[in-house]
Amino acid sequence: MIEIKNLQKSFGQHHVIKGIDLTIDKGEVLCLIGGSGSGKSTMLQCINGLHSIDDGKVLVDEIDVFDKATDLNKLREKIGIVFQQYNAFPHLSAIENVALSPRVVKGMKRKDTLDLAAKHLEHVGLGDKLNHYPSQLSGGQQQRLAIARALAMEPEYMLFDEVTSALDPELVGEVLDTMRMLKDEGMTMIIVTHEIPFAREASDRVAFFDQGKICEIGDARQVINDPRELRTRQFLERVLH
Amino acid sequence: MSAYSGLSWSDLLFLLDGAGKTILLTALATLFGTVLGIALGWLRDSSRLVGWIVAPYVDVTRSVPLIIQFVLFNSFIAIAGYPLNPLWSGTIVLSSYMGVFTSEVVQAGLQAVRPELRRAGRSLGMGYWTEMRYVTAPLALRVVFPSWIGLVIGLTKDSALVGVIGYIELLRASQILINRTNEAILILLGAGLFYFIICYPISRYSQTLERKLKQ
Repeated sequence: MIEIKNLQKSFGQHHVIKGIDLTIDKGEVLCLIGGSGSGKSTMLQCINGLHSIDDGKVLVDEIDVFDKATDLNKLREKIGIVFQQYNAFPHLSAIENVALSPRVVKGMKRKDTLDLAAKHLEHVGLGDKLNHYPSQLSGGQQQRLAIARALAMEPEYMLFDEVTSALDPELVGEVLDTMRMLKDEGMTMIIVTHEIPFAREASDRVAFFDQGKICEIGDARQVINDPRELRTRQFLERVLH
Repeated sequence: MSAYSGLSWSDLLFLLDGAGKTILLTALATLFGTVLGIALGWLRDSSRLVGWIVAPYVDVTRSVPLIIQFVLFNSFIAIAGYPLNPLWSGTIVLSSYMGVFTSEVVQAGLQAVRPELRRAGRSLGMGYWTEMRYVTAPLALRVVFPSWIGLVIGLTKDSALVGVIGYIELLRASQILINRTNEAILILLGAGLFYFIICYPISRYSQTLERKLKQ
């Protein structure tokens, strides 16, 4: 379970997150929607300690992310994250990209990590690209590679930070399909996305972020089909035309 | 007597000995200079304070002609009462020179690695040094390698300046022979050939390595 309590975060003068409370249960899929600058990506990156916070608490399985005594590297092993930009390590082939962390972080044997990597790459549909380098892969394939790389650490939670925003439209579907597959397998996921129809159909709950706060949160269909808040309605009308 | 009477086979050995000393000095300065440069480059990249503290050293080393640095350093340590043999004075000054230039290259290499890649490494559970070793360092190496080879080749030629403090390397050996025999052109052709023989393989080998690294 991930618990966020009264989270506050500023970048200089800019108050990005103004008090967020949120709980995500094991097995749940939560989509975060909202305009750019509304704080959703920042909050996501606070969950695995990539950003510091100014106030509040983030607990992952009751471990305080921002406690000085917390081993962040250890904690990050159970929280996978995939970013908007393509982050495949360009000097490593697909299989080496996925095998690296299990070997150098978990200390697994090289042979075992290669088997593990092949398994995860096949799982996301890249079984025929094991020895390709990132520069030889499309954007959609690179994002699926990033998903496989995160999954190889066998995380209990997966965070997705606008993973389809940098993709050509025709490549978005394959990445969304991969996330749907993870949902079907019961993965706990927090997904920042601009794909509203995907959020409606693939998530259990949707949270609408506005100006650093959660303006509305609830059942995915309810929030998107029948929002209670005026701001949510206005946002959805803007993005859905 | 022919015009070449002054030169004998033993002079070739003298030149060869000079070439050996050039290689020795260059190798030592490359080794120490690179180690110093990596440390300095990393420190300058990770801390603005360190960058600020070492700025005068960096600026002076880069801006003052090497030949002056040799003479001044050699004189200062003599005055201070710790005279060193010319090989070690030369190694210290050349290493410092190489270190400063290498640190610039290292810094550029580290900055060429996209921060998102470092963040991706950290988010996979890698600690600072693990990420550095497996992600940032290999990527930075690819960027800096050609420039670093350029520095090594430059250093080989700059080592000729150590002659001014009495280290008889290749160029100094040639000058001694020229003074004795007056065969400037022939001897300089020979010395030039030696420099080429030292530098060319480095440059060829580096091209092969570069191709390997690019894959």
